[in-house]
Amino acid sequence: MRKLFQKGWRPALVLILLFIIWETCTNIFDIQKWLLPAPSQIIAEAISGWAVYSGHLASTIKLIIFGFSIGSSIGVVVAIGLHLVPILRQAFYPLLIISQNIPTIVLAPLLVIWFGFGMLPKIIVITLVCFFPITIALLDGFRQTNRDLMHYMQMAGATKKQIFWKLEFPHALPSLFSGLKISATYSVMGAVISEWLGASKGIGVYMTLASSSFRTDRVFVAIFLIVILSLLFFSLIVGLEKRLIKWKPKEEGANESS
Amino acid sequence: MSHLEIQQINKSFGVNTVLNDVTFSVEEAEFVALLGPSGSGKSTLFRIIGGISQPSSGSVNLNGENINGKRGSISYTPQTSSLMPWRTILDNVLLGQEITGNRDVEKALQMIERAGLKGFEQSYPHELSGGMQQRASFIRSILSPQSLILLDEPFSALDEFTRLDMQKWLLSIWSEYKRSILFVTHNIEEAIFLADRIIVLSSRPATVKKEFTIPFARPRDEAILLSDSFLQWKKRIYQEMREQ
Repeated sequence: MRKLFQKGWRPALVLILLFIIWETCTNIFDIQKWLLPAPSQIIAEAISGWAVYSGHLASTIKLIIFGFSIGSSIGVVVAIGLHLVPILRQAFYPLLIISQNIPTIVLAPLLVIWFGFGMLPKIIVITLVCFFPITIALLDGFRQTNRDLMHYMQMAGATKKQIFWKLEFPHALPSLFSGLKISATYSVMGAVISEWLGASKGIGVYMTLASSSFRTDRVFVAIFLIVILSLLFFSLIVGLEKRLIKWKPKEEGANESS
Repeated sequence: MSHLEIQQINKSFGVNTVLNDVTFSVEEAEFVALLGPSGSGKSTLFRIIGGISQPSSGSVNLNGENINGKRGSISYTPQTSSLMPWRTILDNVLLGQEITGNRDVEKALQMIERAGLKGFEQSYPHELSGGMQQRASFIRSILSPQSLILLDEPFSALDEFTRLDMQKWLLSIWSEYKRSILFVTHNIEEAIFLADRIIVLSSRPATVKKEFTIPFARPRDEAILLSDSFLQWKKRIYQEMREQ
């Protein structure tokens, strides 16, 4: 806790300063609430409006968890498949990259046309944004397997299966986590975008409703909720990483506080 | 019958000949040093003995059985300690056994203690010094079921003091467990101090230039490092290596 305080007081100070400037500016220039609400007004709305958005929030969290689990599982499976079968890797790698060049914002309405307004098209959108960073990171991790260790395993007569589970997979675990961290934040964005395009509930819906009725304070509440969700999700993955990967040597001077 | 027989191994990559008619043998429980300049095709030779690559011609026999292209018949310790960073020392030491079948934790713990690594069983490799890591990886080889151990310049990354300690330690462990060892080095002193026999390789294409049988009695003491006859040997081998 003390460490958190030592590390965190600088960025926290910057944020607080930013909010103070924002607050005074809205007061001095007398900016209308529907144009740019003051932080105090946003906080007030966040507290009083809990009943309004709590349902939306729950629905979005559920969507993120579903989408992220499915997306990352597919990412891992695709990476392992492409790694173990080099022919597949050559054949599908370009397709992987193309899949990321299709703008989600264009694809999402199409998915709604094909699959309706249910969970399915939303989960497809999240999966599409989620699996790519994981697959790429994991494939890189597999490829960078230490050659000396590989040599040792081969000489010792290890089977392909043993080499994979005893060497390649644990070796790629840190890479997997860097992919997961990126995907965790993407999945929150993916969920909100997919809700924009047609849903009855969710932060995305709450946001569209708020902006079309000029409730700018609610739009900002939504933005903060999204940021907080992303951070929460990110730190969840970081926590999991710390628990699973105990063997990484601490970076030199990482704990130094100057 | 020799334990390991390398018979007329040739290996070329395209027009580039790396190994030219390499023939030598290692007897049961013998310590043989392979001495040659860097880049003399030693690692290619190791890959062939380990079964990872095939020789262009010739054969590798272990206990009279041909093991060309057959993996898992020898135990290999690379230059770097090559312990898996995500495994504890105990799990690392057991890796060789794990690949071929059964883990013998009891014996592993005994060996760890014998190597002066007691208390580090549950540590990760990065918490150990270079010499300790190298010792752990050597225990891994001894614990592996294979009877022939290939050591690929295992002490080249260590400083002079640690190296001498490690050499003495290696000799004491070896005299106790009696495995056949093929030890690659480019350090002449190290070869004379450790080996029963020294095989000198020429540089590319590598071929066996000369074989020396080292007469020093075992157990060897570090005092022989400064004796006259030791220096004589060093001179002889040095001259042999310089001649092209």
